[in-house]
Amino acid sequence: MSDKKFEPNDSRASSERSELTLLSQDTDIATAPPTREQTDRIRTTAAKSQGRLIRERFFRHKGALAGIALLALIFLLAFTSIGFAGIPGWWNKDYDVLAARFNEGKPTLTLWPFSLGEHPFGQDVLGRDYFALTMRGTQTSLIIAFIVGIVAMLIGTTVGALAGYFRGWTEAFLMRITDVVITIPTVVIAAAVAGIVAKAGIIPFAVFLGIVTWTGLARLVRGEFLSLREKEFVESAKSVGASSFRIIFRHILPNTVGVIIVSTTLAISGAILLETALSYLGLGVTAPDTSLGKAINDNRSALTVRPWLFLWPGAFIIGIALAVNFIGDGLRDAFDPKQTRVKQ
Amino acid sequence: MGSHTSEIITDDQAPEHEGPILAVENLGVEFNVDDEWVMAAENVSFEIHPGEILAVVGESGSGKSMSSMALLGLLPRNGRSTGSAKMLGKELIGAPQSMLRRVRGNEIAMIFQEPMTALNPVLTVGEQIREAIEQHTELSPAQAKKRAIELLRMVEIPEAERRYDSFPHQFSGGQRQRAMIAIALANDPMLLIADEPTTALDVTVQAEVLDLLRKLNKRLNSGVLLITHDMGVVADLADHVVVMEKGRVVEAAPTAQLFAAPREDYTRQLLGAVPHLGSKVGGVLADVEVVDGRLSIHEEYAERLQTDREHRSAAGVVPALELIDVDIEYPGRFRQPAFKAVNGVSLTINPGEVMGLVGESGSGKSTIARAVTGLIRTAAGSVTIGGTDITRLSARQLLPLRKKFAIVFQDPAASLNPRLSIGDSIGEPLLLHEKLGRAALDERVASLLDDVQLPVAFRNRYPHELSGGQRQRVGIARALSLQPDLLVADEPTSALDVSVQAKVLELLQELQRERGFACLFVSHDLAVVELLASHIAVLNKGTLVEQGSTEQILKYPRDAYTRRLLAAAPVPDPKEQSLRREQRSALLAMGAGE
Repeated sequence: MSDKKFEPNDSRASSERSELTLLSQDTDIATAPPTREQTDRIRTTAAKSQGRLIRERFFRHKGALAGIALLALIFLLAFTSIGFAGIPGWWNKDYDVLAARFNEGKPTLTLWPFSLGEHPFGQDVLGRDYFALTMRGTQTSLIIAFIVGIVAMLIGTTVGALAGYFRGWTEAFLMRITDVVITIPTVVIAAAVAGIVAKAGIIPFAVFLGIVTWTGLARLVRGEFLSLREKEFVESAKSVGASSFRIIFRHILPNTVGVIIVSTTLAISGAILLETALSYLGLGVTAPDTSLGKAINDNRSALTVRPWLFLWPGAFIIGIALAVNFIGDGLRDAFDPKQTRVKQ
Repeated sequence: MGSHTSEIITDDQAPEHEGPILAVENLGVEFNVDDEWVMAAENVSFEIHPGEILAVVGESGSGKSMSSMALLGLLPRNGRSTGSAKMLGKELIGAPQSMLRRVRGNEIAMIFQEPMTALNPVLTVGEQIREAIEQHTELSPAQAKKRAIELLRMVEIPEAERRYDSFPHQFSGGQRQRAMIAIALANDPMLLIADEPTTALDVTVQAEVLDLLRKLNKRLNSGVLLITHDMGVVADLADHVVVMEKGRVVEAAPTAQLFAAPREDYTRQLLGAVPHLGSKVGGVLADVEVVDGRLSIHEEYAERLQTDREHRSAAGVVPALELIDVDIEYPGRFRQPAFKAVNGVSLTINPGEVMGLVGESGSGKSTIARAVTGLIRTAAGSVTIGGTDITRLSARQLLPLRKKFAIVFQDPAASLNPRLSIGDSIGEPLLLHEKLGRAALDERVASLLDDVQLPVAFRNRYPHELSGGQRQRVGIARALSLQPDLLVADEPTSALDVSVQAKVLELLQELQRERGFACLFVSHDLAVVELLASHIAVLNKGTLVEQGSTEQILKYPRDAYTRRLLAAAPVPDPKEQSLRREQRSALLAMGAGE
């Protein structure tokens, strides 16, 4: 925000500014003119809650807003089109109904003039409507990705925070568990529990993936805690009698939010890929159900002849991953009060 | 230039140079920030002649470091320099990097502030000196080693041959800085740039390093550009002074003249803000007399000032803080034995009294401050606050007592949670202990901000938006939020500029007078302690060597360590400082004779 934009403001603002400089004569950094955000804060002297400040900063982040919009759009499209959990959607075809192939199964979607046609995304080799199939796959992938992300974040953060803050036996115990989990190959466990998972459905499957993928985050969070617990502000909190719970959650955790969010967004993108790999081995989502990864996998040989079978699910995977990463970016900046320059 | 006898000086530079070594004219430094050029320094002009020490003084942000970096072409990528700087007639500004590389380390050498980070921890000190020699000369490794040992001897490192193979961590702080000086002198530079060379050192070590610099400068007849914020160091070492403020030269004068009759307002303010040791009690070490380099101590003077310690403890008051035979240990690991940081310390602070706890780094003063506030456990002895012994209490039992004491930390940038707004930081103790509602809490925070003279609007700001002095005010407001009976201040102003320090000290004094809390003021700076404290306790290596009233400790110290400490602290007055230098060397000579 430049100086010029600031000047048209009335004399009230400048008088307040001079009052401010008068009071803060011992400043050594007050050379920069206050940004509009700062002057706004000077006018409003009421205390703002932490949550409100974070919300304000988040909604000023254009990339994050675009991410939110894109993700919301994908959510709405996936869940309203073919319906979910027995509730019917507005799309009239099912993803598991075989039909005669129409025009070699090519997509009927045209943008100008806009028309969906009979099969907007085309049909697969068996004649199933590929729009319905992609929507079903998106639903599955979104559910898996978010559950994995959240479960891994909760376990990883808790383990890392406790180990890093309390040190000693707690740390030794928790980090050895982490080491053990790291050494067990995910695929092997997946194979071992595949039977149970196949019967129970995708939500237990996602929770299971979360339970084996939290280790990276736990190590990162522990590292952050190890350095932050030695900071003077932690001592300062101890000296006024703050409890360990308060120090961990109110003082240290907010300072690690950047690491946690970046790591979680990566975990969410990673979960989509992990699910794909496991589905490929027949250990994850099994037919007739589908996911985006499985759809790509099933049609991996069709790239040259029927590219749409490859491109539609691919586009949705990229869309989800991008949206999640943008939102993560916005959240990280929103939690960081030093991020005063607003992304335009 | 008598001492330039080694083969390193080549003949193409005339060793007997007429005129200044360095002539800087209208030097300007600018930085490109968001496509705008921001001035960091402009119109800086000065000259350094052979055998002269020029000090550039200023507070942080005055551009003193940046203008010297510009001389060496070491500005950050987004910086540029203008004007002229001639080193022995050669223009440095705008010179190609290849030529500057030859100049750096060869004709101009630098000493940095932090010797631990400037030395490579995995190479021996000797190798690092040898490397500097081999970079610029064609000496054989054996010759270079010989020269390196010579240099170590020149900077007065004992047993130079053996110490050649030592690693930096095996050197003490002062020795490391000596090693840095040896590296800087490796190629007989004509100009030595010393950027805050003693800021990271203790006063007694600082005095030694300053002595060394003065001696070497006389011997090598080179020029020294001393960059510092410390007026005491300037008074001790410099011949000429350039005072900088916000990138401009405010005043340039010979040292004696500048201190005796400063022309500019800013210089006067700066000098006025520097606490002057002995200003309150009227002189220090009053019983030490030096006649022809011989020392005599008039012990009888001290008798006149019989301490008030007896009647202090005799009165029936409950002391605000009482330490009896306190030991504090840092536990050992594996086979390492535990380290005893504090050994048998006893002291008493009565309500409303300010006790200064003075010592050098590693003396255990901060450890005591932390033990008093229940942050670390004591190994033996008792810590009694307002009549309650806190050493045996559990965290739960201690909690209600925490209202009675508070601590202000050294580094205000580190002691405030960067993710909490100022208002939340100040309000936290209130929230924890008084369980106030939102509205009541806001009101208390507003009045506390007012007490430390900050605008109420600051409550929604974050620590990084505040300057150092403002942050420390927040630290004080937080500490005073519960109206404690005892305030522990752990070097509260040592991270601040002098003018800011003066204001923060003023605020502390005012609040102390108003509220009458007792205060344990921990500091390495005797002059600051003198301003605030009515009593002083001196710590050396974990042991209390002496305590008494401020006047008694400063004027008639009984312990040899206290005397050395007092003699080593530089005062911002060149005349007085040269007298004190004599005193110090006499005291050291006596110490060596004992």
